[in-house]
Amino acid sequence: MSTSNPSQTTSGGTPIIKIRNFDFAYGDAQALFDINMDINAKEVTAFIGPSGCGKSTFLRCFNRMNDLIDIARIKAGEIKISDINIYDKNVDAIELRKHVGMVFQKSNPFPKSIYDNIAYGLRIQGVKKKSELDEVVERCLRDAALWDEVKDRLSESALGMSGGQQQRLCIARALAVRPEILLMDEPCSALDPIATAKVEELIHELKKDYTIVIVTHSMQQAARVSDRTAFFYLGKLIEYGQTDQIFMNPRDPQTEAYISGRFG
Amino acid sequence: MSTTNEQHTFAKRPSSKAAIEATISGAFRIATYIVILCAGYIFLNIAYNGSKAVIIPKAPFINIEFLTAKPQTLHVFEPKEIDTELKSAKAQIVSLQTKQRNLGSNETTAADDLEQQVTALQQKIKALDLQRKDGRLMYGDDAYRALDQEPSSELYAYSNYAYSGGGIGPAIVGTCLLVLGSIAIALSLGILCAIFLSEYSTPGPTLQLIRLSILNLSGVPSIVFGLFGFGMFVLYFDWGVSMIAGWFTLAIMALPVIIAASEESMRAIPKGFREGSLALGASKWTTIRTNVLPYALPGILTSSIMGVARVAGETAPIMFTAAYALRDQLPWQGLEQKTDFFFQGVMALPYHIYVVSSKIPQNEYTRNMQYGAAFVFLIIVGFFALSSIVLRIKIRKKYKW
Repeated sequence: MSTSNPSQTTSGGTPIIKIRNFDFAYGDAQALFDINMDINAKEVTAFIGPSGCGKSTFLRCFNRMNDLIDIARIKAGEIKISDINIYDKNVDAIELRKHVGMVFQKSNPFPKSIYDNIAYGLRIQGVKKKSELDEVVERCLRDAALWDEVKDRLSESALGMSGGQQQRLCIARALAVRPEILLMDEPCSALDPIATAKVEELIHELKKDYTIVIVTHSMQQAARVSDRTAFFYLGKLIEYGQTDQIFMNPRDPQTEAYISGRFG
Repeated sequence: MSTTNEQHTFAKRPSSKAAIEATISGAFRIATYIVILCAGYIFLNIAYNGSKAVIIPKAPFINIEFLTAKPQTLHVFEPKEIDTELKSAKAQIVSLQTKQRNLGSNETTAADDLEQQVTALQQKIKALDLQRKDGRLMYGDDAYRALDQEPSSELYAYSNYAYSGGGIGPAIVGTCLLVLGSIAIALSLGILCAIFLSEYSTPGPTLQLIRLSILNLSGVPSIVFGLFGFGMFVLYFDWGVSMIAGWFTLAIMALPVIIAASEESMRAIPKGFREGSLALGASKWTTIRTNVLPYALPGILTSSIMGVARVAGETAPIMFTAAYALRDQLPWQGLEQKTDFFFQGVMALPYHIYVVSSKIPQNEYTRNMQYGAAFVFLIIVGFFALSSIVLRIKIRKKYKW
């Protein structure tokens, strides 16, 4: 296996995120080694790999959430989104995060009403007009296939919803600021199969308008929802390609071992 | 066969382990009961004795004068006849007791005889004392000066007692002002510090050191804070003995508790709220303002108000910085400039209790004042504690997670 230049570029589609020679470390412990890949716009890209392989860390580099960790640092390389190096000195992480939304592993609705949760992203940008907020709340809830379930209780606390609804609310909340890219960090790991199916359906719908990068532990999920799959192991990108190809015909023996359940 | 039945697998068997277990749980129980008993005794004692000063038998049942009037000297006229009789009875007891002591050990009958005489005299004194209380005339300063004519000195023996008349109005007002001012200063400073420590600072040995120093500050004796406040605010800043010096001294004293508790409340807020907010493009301060502070507020307010209420009961910090033993005016009276309001000393209940309990000769009249002031103070502190609890419940209802 070669770590220097595993299968990086994508055939077909327009790459929106370009990662080049990316090295990342927590203090002295290097977490990601020399990653090169392109992620296509309006596609679903899945990151799979065993726990601790760096896939979540990598995902959090796309919207600079790792900035919150003091010891985290980029050792080398760059990540370009729409041809802008997001770790450039004059990039404002706050502006970046408006364009690159994120949904977390554990659903984290704010302890406010459903309406206030969705409106939050706009309100902090200074939008006050009720009609505009109303419109966005309805659009986002419809996009997240949640409108029919909650339209009568928008003013109730978001914490009264079921786990699956909460996670879809978080997706809707992320959509409210109209990001181009949506990062999902194991969004279904705490959900039951029915809620998972709904979220997956939603991902399928959202693909039309958004670029989605999803980290998942479930290989079935990666196979179901993604167009392309990247397999990570010990901080290295082992294999990256069309989901069908990765699952049917993996080129790397490690990928094959992981997919067939021999480790991980 | 019944014995074998009792010896089934799960049967209770006496063992040393079980005995130790029972003893330990018993010890916990006893310790708790002792604490409750002590606290109960203190509260009841203050409430019982204090209510004599605060509650009166006729409508409106609350001694408004005691709560609003200024402290005054009490002028007492006691019926001379009874007074003389009392004095002679007391003298007799003393002489009898001396005789009794001088008797040899074998003269038991004589000793018993003397003993009986003493008891009889003591009963007489009790009866006379009741008469004296019925017959005496008591006036505060104002009433005394307003008298057309003093009670005749042939019938009455006159004496006066400082601080024992009037009420504690200025001390109540002063305490409330001191508490409110120091809450305002301590809360704003404390929350700013806590936000920095919990949200902005970089973890590491320096932060640990800062935290440790802040915690240690709460172990510094209150008199040291008092002297610091005296040196810093009263002398160096030249504010004089003033309310504002007291505010800052009390606030600094309450700060360690407030910072520690506020930081704790903020760190208890799940990380998910912060991340969720940041991921939506909120700045750090927006995140803290909208998604950390509101949820941490109940904890912050409760601990802060309790902290300040505790500090407000201290005498030492205000003794040199803010408290007057006696001040005739309420804080808003007789101001030349508006700013003078902050730069005047005030009376305060803890200091007042200290003065009437240890700075003046004790007698039956100061006792009333001591317990009355302590009782009122207890109620005020209780009120602050209660308000913090109510506040917490209200905010907690708004944000639940």
